[in-house]
Parts: sequence; structure tokens; C-alpha cells
Amino acid sequence: MLYFSKFRIISIAIFTIIFAYLTTSNFLKFDDNFLNKKVNLGLDLQGGSYLLLEVDNDPVILQRLQNKLSSLRKFFKDKNINFKNLKINNNSISFELDNVFVKDFISILEDKESNVNPYYKKFKSHKFDYDVKANLFNLKFSKYGLIELKNSSLDQTLEIVRRRVDEVGTNEPNILKRGNDRILVELPGLDDPMRIKSLLGKTANLTFRFVVQNEETTFGTEKISFEDGSEEVIVSRRVIISGENLIDAKPVMDSQLNQTVVTFSLDRVGAKKFGKATSAGIGKRLAIILDGEIISAPVVRDSIVGGSGQISGDFTFQSATDLSLLLRAGALPAPLNIIEERTVGPGLGKDSINAGILALIIGFFLVIIFMIFKYKVFGVIANFALITNLFLLVGILTLFEATLTLPGIAGIILTVGMAVDANVLIYERIKEEIKLEKNNIIAFDSGYNRSKTAVLDANITTLISAIILFFLGSGPIKGFSVTLGVGIFTTLFSVYFIARLLTSLYVTKNKNKENLI
Amino acid sequence: MEKYNFNFNKYFKIFNLFSISLIVISLLLLIFKGLNYGVDFKGGTLIELRSLDNHITISKLRQSFLNMNLGDVNIKEFGKKNDFLIKFEKKDKNSNLINEVKNDLEKLIGPGFEFRRVENVGPKVSSELLKSGIIAIFLSLTAMLIYIWIRFEWQFSLGAILALFHDVVLTLGIFSLFALEINLSIVAAVLTIVGYSMNDTVVIFDRVRENLKKFADINIFDLTNKSINQTLSRTIITSITTLLALVSIYIFGGEILKGFSLAMILGVIFGTYSSIYIANPILILLKVSQKTIIKEDKN
Repeated sequence: MLYFSKFRIISIAIFTIIFAYLTTSNFLKFDDNFLNKKVNLGLDLQGGSYLLLEVDNDPVILQRLQNKLSSLRKFFKDKNINFKNLKINNNSISFELDNVFVKDFISILEDKESNVNPYYKKFKSHKFDYDVKANLFNLKFSKYGLIELKNSSLDQTLEIVRRRVDEVGTNEPNILKRGNDRILVELPGLDDPMRIKSLLGKTANLTFRFVVQNEETTFGTEKISFEDGSEEVIVSRRVIISGENLIDAKPVMDSQLNQTVVTFSLDRVGAKKFGKATSAGIGKRLAIILDGEIISAPVVRDSIVGGSGQISGDFTFQSATDLSLLLRAGALPAPLNIIEERTVGPGLGKDSINAGILALIIGFFLVIIFMIFKYKVFGVIANFALITNLFLLVGILTLFEATLTLPGIAGIILTVGMAVDANVLIYERIKEEIKLEKNNIIAFDSGYNRSKTAVLDANITTLISAIILFFLGSGPIKGFSVTLGVGIFTTLFSVYFIARLLTSLYVTKNKNKENLI
Repeated sequence: MEKYNFNFNKYFKIFNLFSISLIVISLLLLIFKGLNYGVDFKGGTLIELRSLDNHITISKLRQSFLNMNLGDVNIKEFGKKNDFLIKFEKKDKNSNLINEVKNDLEKLIGPGFEFRRVENVGPKVSSELLKSGIIAIFLSLTAMLIYIWIRFEWQFSLGAILALFHDVVLTLGIFSLFALEINLSIVAAVLTIVGYSMNDTVVIFDRVRENLKKFADINIFDLTNKSINQTLSRTIITSITTLLALVSIYIFGGEILKGFSLAMILGVIFGTYSSIYIANPILILLKVSQKTIIKEDKN
């Protein structure tokens, strides 16, 4: 156990130097760009905002069922199938067919090629589950149909969220999917997430619809109130144009009105529809509705054919900017709720770093002093191993550009306290062996050998904890598990290569000395 | 021969009684008093507020928050005199809540404060976090049980797991007794305790196994005692260095790490004790002998 070849010694030295270099590159600025890496600071250390958003899929499910209902109605009519009581309740579509059609329709539902009940090859499942009692059918989303729906609405939402966050222009946002209905947004350096939160909380569903005097029959009507609650009017359900038709929107200062308005331009289809509707509806009020509230309802004075227009309302410059941003980024397919928020201000982050580093330095010195007091020369060797251990640990975190969090710093300090354990185990064993064996070299050798299983077992148990933490922990805690886990490997390396190398050199030189340890 | 020769096992019956009563007390506390869950597990809002001048006092804050209709508000000083921790459990989906609180507070006590940290956890997320925390602790206990079973024998595995159970229950018992807050970092601490305590137990077990192979004539009672003594100096030194690091985190690491390091300090103390007075007596109770080990070798 005490013999080291020259090659091995050199490899250990090179390995150690590389990681020491990596560690120092966090603190010093090197001119060359070789290995220009740094440890990432977690949101709890650099300040920033962590938001967990959840897509509310219920409205989407209902809407998809409504679409299905209309297409079923059309299908039955086209195929001359007699049906009745076609309706939606409890997230399922139910209808009755004449007995003669029941068997045929079941085979259509089972048909893998038919569009009535699409078949997902990758899930080996149809979109809808059905049951039939006599001639009463009941259709609802299958497990995989629901997964497919959630995935697609999550993908769309992710895209819109990304656009909205990018438009605000924060630095290096991190936007990730979580499960099949959640989105994680990390915004480093942002200490007041208010604006982003309000932007993400809006569906931004924009429609232009005419205000009507009395009940219109073809499309139906609904009562909608103004944003400021001042008025409530009856509005047709017929949508002239919607947010989807918009290709651009920006805030503009209108000198005539002396207030900020939002101007928009429409795509070709939108421009055509808008032109047609406005020329037919001169003198009527056109309501501009955002998320179920009327922003404004100006009277149409002229037909608007150029494909552009403006929305006036009670805007400040900020709210006009936000509305334009939302309109450019597009509407969310489903409402989005913020279900978890954690924000750390930059002041606290800095304080946490300082406190963490202070604790590290003090903890480190206490351990070092204790080891020298307890083991003298071997204490110095163990301490040297401990210092290399720290360099290796921070070096590896740097190499992988891992995220360092406050609990992560605690993990490093804890590693300092626990890392000496391996050396302590070995030295205590050597002390026992020396009582039985007068030859120092043999005693040291068997000390190392006999303590090996204990050292390994002891470290593997800690590693198991770290791995479980890594998979079940979130954010800062993950950072802790990473440093704790990596710390185990660097500890074993520093103990079995660095400390053992130094011990071997020292023991070989002093092999005849009594009471060596 | 040995440096230490304490007769640990002479007292093991008394200490076992002591341990069992502590576990029972802790369990009773956990059942009847429960744990003081933080926003991570209970849901709600936490605000760390720093007063930039000295005019904000805890009573003024309390008065202001009472006027805001946020339900049950809990306010306490946090480390420094000018830092306060405010917690409330208002359950609504208002994403504007924090801003409203900030504006209301500005009206009531004027500017001159900053929100250093805001945490807002919805009821769904908090119950999920609690569930995954509990799963993590049980998973790690099971993983340890299996690991020791593979490396040693089932008797050792049982002893180790009871020792771990003891450490976790006692640590949580103390948190319950003093109504200390349980949050995500405490779960991390508990898992680390599991690793540390296991570490301690394994080192002694390793020696027990070695001695079992070596000495056929020593009974398990004396044999565990001998093993504990042989590894005692290591047990003490490692506990000291780990505690030095932890105490340093507790004192200097800032308020956020206080609960975490306290849980770890308790865990290290309980873990050291349980390796000696829980794990080993189980080996004695289960009448582990050389045969247990030899059988293993034959397989």
C-alpha cells in the first residue's frame, strides 16, 4: 500500500494542479481563455427569482370536447346517422344512436385509421375511451389522449412563456418543462419579478367583437363589462378578428389624444376580415376584449382596410408596452397559475456568500488546528490532503459548471469536517497495528489495508444519501447533494493518493523511528 | 492492549431503557404536538424584511400586518435587529399579492424597508414537497437497510436501521418540542444525518465482523464491547471534526443555515450515541456469533 511508481506520482501531481488551476480561475481573471470556466451561483446566492407555473388544462379539455362535439354532429349528418341528445357533461360526450348504427359506429371508434377516434401509435392507444350501454354512447379522453393534450398545450405554453420572458429582456433566463403541466422559470438577477409575474399571469386572449343592442340569434351574445368596471354591454359572440391575426403591436404616443395607444398590424386574412366588418358596421361600437374584459369600445367611423389600427384605452406608457408585448408574443392556450415563487434580493445573496465563506474558513481552520494538535506530522499530511480535497472539489464543480447554492457551501464545509474521517480511520488503525508490529513500514501497510473496508463502507453510505437527495431535492438542496456527493470522491482521492503518498515518503524516511505516530 | 477499555455494555440495559423512553416521548410529541412546518410544507408566504433605518419595530409591523387582512400573521426578528421574518397563510391565487403587501406596508409605515427574500408556495406544491420529503427519508432508510444487508448480515442491518430510526425520530422530536421550523433544508439535514450515523455504525460493525472472525471464544457481549473500544478514538475524533465544521456553520453561516446546522449537530450527537447503544445491543439481542459470519462465507 505504501509503494508509488514515479509515473503515478507525476499523474497525481498533474491531476491536482489542473484542478487547483480550475479552482483559482473562479477568483482570478486569467487572460488566456483556456478552461475559462466558473462555478454558477444559484439563485439564493446571486439573487433572482424562481417561478413554478402550472397550466390549467380544464378549459382546454372542455374546448377540445366542444370541437369534437361539432365534428361528430357533422359526421353524423354527412353519414345520415340518426342521433339524439348529443351533449357534453362531466368532461365526456354522450349521445344516443338508432340501434341499427350502434355496431357500425363501434367499429369506427375502434378503427385505427379513422379520424373519428385517432390512434396514437407510440402509446398504442386511441384518443378517446368509450363505453356503450344499449344505444347510449359515452366518449371521454383516454389516459394517453389526455397526456397528448397536456403535452401539446404545455409545448405551446412553453413557447409563449419563452417569448414573453425574452421580450422583457432579463439576462440568461432558464425556462424548463416540469412534468406534463408545469413550467419552471428561473430569472437570475431579477429582484422584483412583479412585471414578469403579471405578464405571465395573463392569457392575453384578444378579440374584436361588435357591441349589439338586442339579442342576436345566429351567434348568440354575452354580457361583458369594461376593465375599469364602468359599464357593462351586450357583445356578440361572433369574433371579427382575434390576437392570432396580429403580426405586430407596439406602443405609440398619440399626440391628438395626448395619451399612449397600442398600434397593431394584421395579417392578410385579418386585414380582409377587419376591412369587411368595419365597412359593414360603420356607426356601431366595436369592443376590444382582452381576457374577458373590454379595454375599449370605440364607434367605427370609417372602414379600416389598410390592415392596421390602434387600441386606445386608459393606458400608461408601461401598460401599453406590456399589452403590445403580450400581443406580439401571442395568447396562451390555457390559463397559467404561479404555484410557487421564491425570490432572493441581491443584498441577501451577497450576505449569504459572505457568511458561507466565513463559516467555511473558520470551520476549516478549526479542523486543521485540531488535526495538527492530534496527529502532529500526520496531522499536517492530513491537512494537506484536506486542502487538495477542497481544490479538487471546487475544481470539479467548476469543470462541470455546477450550480453552487448556500446549502451547497454548507455541503463543502461538512465535507471538510467529514473528509478527515478517512485519514482518522487509517491513522487510528495504524496506531493499533504498530503495537503488534515493530516494523513501521509493515505496520503502516497493514493499517492502510485493514481500514479499507471501513473507509469504503462509511463513504458509500454518505454517497447513498447524497444520491437520494439529488433525485428528490429541488433547487438549493440539489446543490447540497452535488457538493456532498462530489466531496466523497475527492475525499477518497485525496486520502488514498495524496495523503498516502506523503505518508509513504515520510515513513520510508523514518522507518526506524519509534512511536512514529 | 486497547487504548480505551470502557465497559460500555455494562450500562446498555439502562441506556436502552433511556433510548426507548426518549423515542416514545419523541413519537408522542410528533403525534400530539406535531411539527412546525414552514411555508415549504404548509404553503403560504414568507417575507424577509430589512428595515433600512431604525424606525420599524416589530410591534409596528405587527400592527400594520393586522390591518391587511392576511389571516394569521407570524412575525419575528431574524438574526439582526433590523431583520424580520413575516409568515402568513393567505390562500388565494392572487399573483399580485406580494406587491399589494409592499404597497400597503409603504402606506402604513412609510418607505425605508426592503424585501430581501420572498417565498410563496401554493397548497398543491407544499403537499407535494412534504410527500417527496417523507419518501426521500424512507427511501434512504431502505437503501441503507439493503446496503448493510448486502455487506453484512440481516442482524447487522436490523441494528443499523433501528439506530437510524432512533436518530431521525429524536432529531424530529427535539424540533417538535421547541417548535423549530421544518423546511426543505431540514429534510436535507435529516438525510445527511442518516448517512453520517450509518457511517459511524458501519465502522463499528466492520470491526465487530473482523473480531468475530478472529475470536471464536469471546461472546458477543464482550466482543461488541471490545470493538466499540477499539474504534472509540476514531468515533470521538470524527464527531469532533464534524461538529467543529457544523458549529462554524451554525454560528457564522447566516440565519438561513441555522436550522439546517442545528439539525445536523443534533443528528451527529444522536448518531454517535446510537451506534454504540442501539446498533450493538441489537447484535447482542439477536445472539450474533461466529456462525453468523461463517455461514455468510460459505454462501
